[in-house]
Amino acid sequence: MRRSIPVFGYVILSVVAVAAAKADILNAYMQLIVMFIGINVILSTSLNLVNGYMGEFSVGHAGFMAVGAYVTSVLNVWLFTTSSLFGPPLLAPSSALFLFPVTLLAGGIAAALAGLLVAVPSFRTRGDYLAIITLAVNYIVKSSIENIQVIGGARGFMGMRNVINSMQEVVDLPWTLIWVFIATGLTVWILQRFVSSTYGKGIIAIRDDEIAAEIMSVNTQRMKVVAFMLSSGLAGVAGGLFAHVLGYINPGTFTIMKSTEVLVMVYLGGMGSLSGSVLSAIGLTIALEALRPLQVAKWVVVPLILILLMLFRPEGIMGQRELTDIFPRLRRWLGLKERQIS
Amino acid sequence: MALLKVDKVTHFFGGLRAVYNFSLTLRGGELMGLIGPNGAGKTTAFNLISGFYKPSEGDIWFEGKNISGLRPHKVTGLGMARTFQNIRLWNSLTVFDNLCISQHDHLGYGFLQSVLRTPQFRRSEQKVKTTAEEIMDLLGIRHFALEFPKNLPYGLQRRVEIGRALCLRPKLLLLDEPAAGMNPGEVEQLIDLIRWIRDEFKLTILLIEHHMRVVMGVCDRMKVIDFGETIAEGTPDEIKKNPRVIQAYLGEEEPAHARGI
Repeated sequence: MRRSIPVFGYVILSVVAVAAAKADILNAYMQLIVMFIGINVILSTSLNLVNGYMGEFSVGHAGFMAVGAYVTSVLNVWLFTTSSLFGPPLLAPSSALFLFPVTLLAGGIAAALAGLLVAVPSFRTRGDYLAIITLAVNYIVKSSIENIQVIGGARGFMGMRNVINSMQEVVDLPWTLIWVFIATGLTVWILQRFVSSTYGKGIIAIRDDEIAAEIMSVNTQRMKVVAFMLSSGLAGVAGGLFAHVLGYINPGTFTIMKSTEVLVMVYLGGMGSLSGSVLSAIGLTIALEALRPLQVAKWVVVPLILILLMLFRPEGIMGQRELTDIFPRLRRWLGLKERQIS
Repeated sequence: MALLKVDKVTHFFGGLRAVYNFSLTLRGGELMGLIGPNGAGKTTAFNLISGFYKPSEGDIWFEGKNISGLRPHKVTGLGMARTFQNIRLWNSLTVFDNLCISQHDHLGYGFLQSVLRTPQFRRSEQKVKTTAEEIMDLLGIRHFALEFPKNLPYGLQRRVEIGRALCLRPKLLLLDEPAAGMNPGEVEQLIDLIRWIRDEFKLTILLIEHHMRVVMGVCDRMKVIDFGETIAEGTPDEIKKNPRVIQAYLGEEEPAHARGI
């Protein structure tokens, strides 16, 4: 089918990248950057659902990421590895290969449930006030983890490397890279389908005029729950991947600084533009790596870019448009239908 | 049985009594006007009927079902659609999307199906789109399907908003000052449109309007409220002659000596 050209292209890209990694053409450092790009794409597109499409201002995305990261990591270390905390593995370490998606999803579900902490207040409040609630949720999560000594508290949690190693013992492939590619692809696929359906467009109606949406038959409460849970759930999946890419996590990673980094990507790419979020996540991740020689001065350059952006292009690089709206020819190349009403 | 029955509804905003002892019975197929001076409580009455506010006292019955306290999208789902005094279209969505999304309650699929694109999803999307296209054709706005509402002239935006309400296939249509801000030519078109909609869709319409030309021209029956209280009810001709209405709404007649100068 011609419509699946983008999907097909992505699969080829993934296979090539994994093969290159396996053949050591892509060195460990490059692999790390590719994985960070994938994770950042998940984070920025999922945050865009709330901040861009629904028009709320969530500043606590890192909190949900933390929930996913810890739940997935603790589950994996408990089930598949020998650790000082849980003792011998509960299941055969080799089964991690098949069960990793399950634990990743469990982390996502846990994060989605944490998303209810924001979704329920959002029935009654919005805008700045809801932003403060999301900030509070970010701190609640971080402080809670810091105070649970069993999983390391403020010292952090490790042992995820062993999980990856036991996967590689079964089949020698760069598994974290593979899972990042799969999760990133699925995230963009899910979000794209959701926001292009009449059902999903209900959240855009909420952004434009919530009262009109509620009165014109959109169940605003349910749509808010769906949007917040989907957004935070995907952030949780990104967190789970992040934990396994680094092999070590501590609560200090998931502060407002991390949330802000994701916010910058969303605003840079354009509110309510999925392709914008993808492009800005790729661009910003690479730019930050390229600016590494600047060391601390990097944190002067990046905010400066943000100031200039807000001054001269406040709607972000893409605005609300998608890549295919800017380059209509792309639709034909990708085998998509022409933009028409039916 | 009455389609809509509002039974002694009273509503307070804090200490302000916005609507007092408001009763209304609408039979199927009727076109009723609700008039009154600014701040009389007309829009509040609308907001109570469409479920946006829960009445402090009293009940509202729609097709024999008590709907007071039901959430607005549920009320809409039962077959009651409305437009707004200040047009409330979704401006970053196209006219076509506006018409589709108003059928949200009838979609019959959820999040998972929207991602997996099941046959149920396809059928439902197709139905929604067909309805939107039909309504656009009937109202003559198909040409603007991919325009954003904010770029359209005012009269056309009203038309789109009425179209959005009609997409719900309602039994009762509430129009809140549809002629507000229109020029004389657009008002004439609107009068024709309202009459035509009633006959074409076999609707019951409740209309708030300031524009006397519109209310007198299209309504079968009228109800006049002032300071939240009903002061008169009857046919347009009766209302025109009612002294309380003239006093409250149309203004007291000037004494003869004042006119002399």
